[in-house]
Amino acid sequence: MPVYNFKRIGPVPSAPDLVDIVLMRTQRKTPTVVHPGYKISRIRSFYMRKIKFTQQTISERLGNIIQDFPRLNDIHPFYADLCNTLYDRDHYKLALGQLNAAKGLVEQISRDMIRMVKYGDSLYRCKCLKRAALGRMCTVLKRQKASLAYLEEVRKHLSRLPALDPNTRTLLLCGLPNVGKSSFLNKVTRGNVEVQPYAFTTKSLFVGHCDYKYLRWQVIDTPGILDHPLEERNTIEMQSIIALAHLTCAVLYIMDISEHCGYTIEQQCRLFQGIKPLFANKQLIVVVNKVDQQPWETLEAEKREMIESVVKMGGGNCTLMPMSNITEHGVSQVKNAACEKLLEARVDARVASNKIDSVMNRLQVFQPQPRDNVQREAFIPESVKKQLEEDGGRPKPQKSRTGYAPTVDDPEADGDATMGDAAVKKTARDLMWENGGPGVWAPDYRAIYDLKEDEWKFDSIPEIIDGKNIADFVDPDIENRLAALELEEEQALKELEAANMENPEESDLESEEEAAVMAIRDRKKTIRLMKNTNKTNNRPMMPREFRGRAKDKHDPGARNKNEIEKRMEDLGVDASKMIERGRSLDREAARKRGRSRNRRDEDDATMEDAEPMDDDGQSKTKRKKARREREESRKRDPSVNKRTHNKPQTLEKKGLNEDTKATAKKMERKGRKGWAGGAGEGDNRKGVHLVKWMNTGKKRNGTHYCR
Amino acid sequence: MRIEKCYFCSSPCYPGHGMVFVRNDSKQFRFCRSKCHRNFNKKRNPRKVAWTKAYRKTRGKEMAVDKTFEFEKRRNRPVKYDRHLMGKTIVAMARVDEIRGAREERFFANRMKDAKAEKKKQARVEIEQSIELLAPAVAKREEVMRNVVDRARARIASRKKARGEKVETSNARSVTATAMEEG
Repeated sequence: MPVYNFKRIGPVPSAPDLVDIVLMRTQRKTPTVVHPGYKISRIRSFYMRKIKFTQQTISERLGNIIQDFPRLNDIHPFYADLCNTLYDRDHYKLALGQLNAAKGLVEQISRDMIRMVKYGDSLYRCKCLKRAALGRMCTVLKRQKASLAYLEEVRKHLSRLPALDPNTRTLLLCGLPNVGKSSFLNKVTRGNVEVQPYAFTTKSLFVGHCDYKYLRWQVIDTPGILDHPLEERNTIEMQSIIALAHLTCAVLYIMDISEHCGYTIEQQCRLFQGIKPLFANKQLIVVVNKVDQQPWETLEAEKREMIESVVKMGGGNCTLMPMSNITEHGVSQVKNAACEKLLEARVDARVASNKIDSVMNRLQVFQPQPRDNVQREAFIPESVKKQLEEDGGRPKPQKSRTGYAPTVDDPEADGDATMGDAAVKKTARDLMWENGGPGVWAPDYRAIYDLKEDEWKFDSIPEIIDGKNIADFVDPDIENRLAALELEEEQALKELEAANMENPEESDLESEEEAAVMAIRDRKKTIRLMKNTNKTNNRPMMPREFRGRAKDKHDPGARNKNEIEKRMEDLGVDASKMIERGRSLDREAARKRGRSRNRRDEDDATMEDAEPMDDDGQSKTKRKKARREREESRKRDPSVNKRTHNKPQTLEKKGLNEDTKATAKKMERKGRKGWAGGAGEGDNRKGVHLVKWMNTGKKRNGTHYCR
Repeated sequence: MRIEKCYFCSSPCYPGHGMVFVRNDSKQFRFCRSKCHRNFNKKRNPRKVAWTKAYRKTRGKEMAVDKTFEFEKRRNRPVKYDRHLMGKTIVAMARVDEIRGAREERFFANRMKDAKAEKKKQARVEIEQSIELLAPAVAKREEVMRNVVDRARARIASRKKARGEKVETSNARSVTATAMEEG
């Protein structure tokens, strides 16, 4: 069964909008760059694609519109007629037809133009053809301005039509204007229809829903109908007429017997007769409304007869019911009666139709018969029966304290002894409240431990011993395993002993050797340390001639006799001669120093006399030169002037004796490493120096500065 | 409450000490001190860091496989508390520890079995090769050598005395002399 939902129709753009949409989409969704240098086939396909795409977009758009709008021939005649009255069937069909024609035209144009672009010989020509194609298509669209505008209006109106289902259970209210149709709808359903004391308040169909017998019923409120021929009826009235004509429903013809609506009862009866053909094959109830103003009983006999005759005219399935919307007298009765009638009619129609057979096949009704007259009652044990009698039908609460630590005595709780009948188990919560509430008392779960002996329950279980977790060692089989281990250990010890007997222990190093090794190692250590010390001389160099005089803090024993003696002794040298020589040298130096000082004083004294000649008859310059030479020769000491450009002499040339040859050889080997015949600081060489920042990173136009 | 094992160095973590890192796959890493934690954060492998238990075990420096280790285990099968069993366990723990200690000692002795001979050999080689160092000069060589060795001996003796060992007096033939004769 189709559901009529006209809200789903998409909005219809106006003609200029549609043109804009189409062109914009073409621009966005197709490539935009083309150059005259491209191959002609590529240029052609570029423009053909544009034309084709535009055409496709237009066709799709128009096709959607045509698809969306309901086709009057296909929909329910009620809606078809409604559309006819509201929007004019011819106009509607024409508009849709024109859109369809426009679609065809656009397709035709695109086909033609594409054919022409295929023969375009330059980019410019192709472009012109494309422009022409799009222009022609847009012109076609622009011509549809009126149809599109009309369809948009129709769409808006359609979407606001009530969503009524022409095939479902329906109550239809009809009558002259102002007789109380909308009021009834408001009473019966949740629909909130405007009610005003003037004619034609309701200008279109309204739908409300109500429930009866768990079914959903549709109540349709129609605009009032005036009593005149069909040709003279306006659009508003026509809606009611269409609803009456096409919907299978129960019709409530509402009459106002108080005549407050402005129409006499006679007029209302005449209208009934006028629209009587529309009531054919429908359940009809003539509702006499506004009985609060004019009760049915006190109505003038003449008028009453008139109404009754009308009801009789309505045929067999027409009944009369009084009702008042204000006092709600008879409102629900009217609804129920109408629903009941319609339901019956529908069921009858179903049964009468040929579809019923397939349903009846599946139905089977059983009606069980009692097999004998024996009474079978529910089984209740004797004890329970007795208990129930004693307690007057209610079981007594039981108390118990199993599983919890002893608490404050409660006279009502009689413990486990009388468990069963009288005792009810005490919960932890009860105990908590008895003993001071939450935070004060908490259940001691140790009490419910399930152990072999109850005595163990409150043992404090050790966890850690000697840095070990006891739990890691707990093993029911531990005794056996330990015994096995001990046995194994014993075995191992025995084996070890046997092995020791066989292999006696290694003897120690002899003390002589031990001492020698130690001495050697110490010496090596010293050598290593000496080697590793920083030998760079970063302090003012003291001239050799002064070195011995002041105490040298860097080499405290350098000029100490005892130190020198000891050192030499260690090296196996008799130092006595050396010391003696040093001493004599010292003495001599001291004497010299003393004399030179004296002589200098003398010189200074003689300077005064401006005597250029000395005792020896030498000139002053000569004297100076001689002194300088002496000083320089003293300075040129081989130990000071270490860097030489001669290779070290071989051992043979040096002429060492045999004993020290080996040692000397070693020393020479070491010395060769230190030979400074290689590049010195005078050999100034500058390698190629690559600066990192100049040689890494980007090389071309970039943001890196300074390149 | 239990004593956990440090993930890195395998030393015990007592309650309230160290820290735990829980990875997002919920594996827990326990560290006895910040040193271990730092090393873990540096992604070091405890087997390759010399001061850890794992290193010593993988290198065979300590006993890695032994029956005594079977006693201490996290067992997933819970055992109900039993006072007698608990007593037995505590007694057994002490005994197992004793045996383990003895075995470790034996393990060490076995590992060091050849060390002494090797050391002796090395010492002799060293004497042979570098005896020159003690007295490189020419004159009075033997005397000097004797002096040096005697001084070293005195030092060794004093050291041993300080340690409370018995000092042995040897009047063996001078090794240095022989070494020099040979060399």
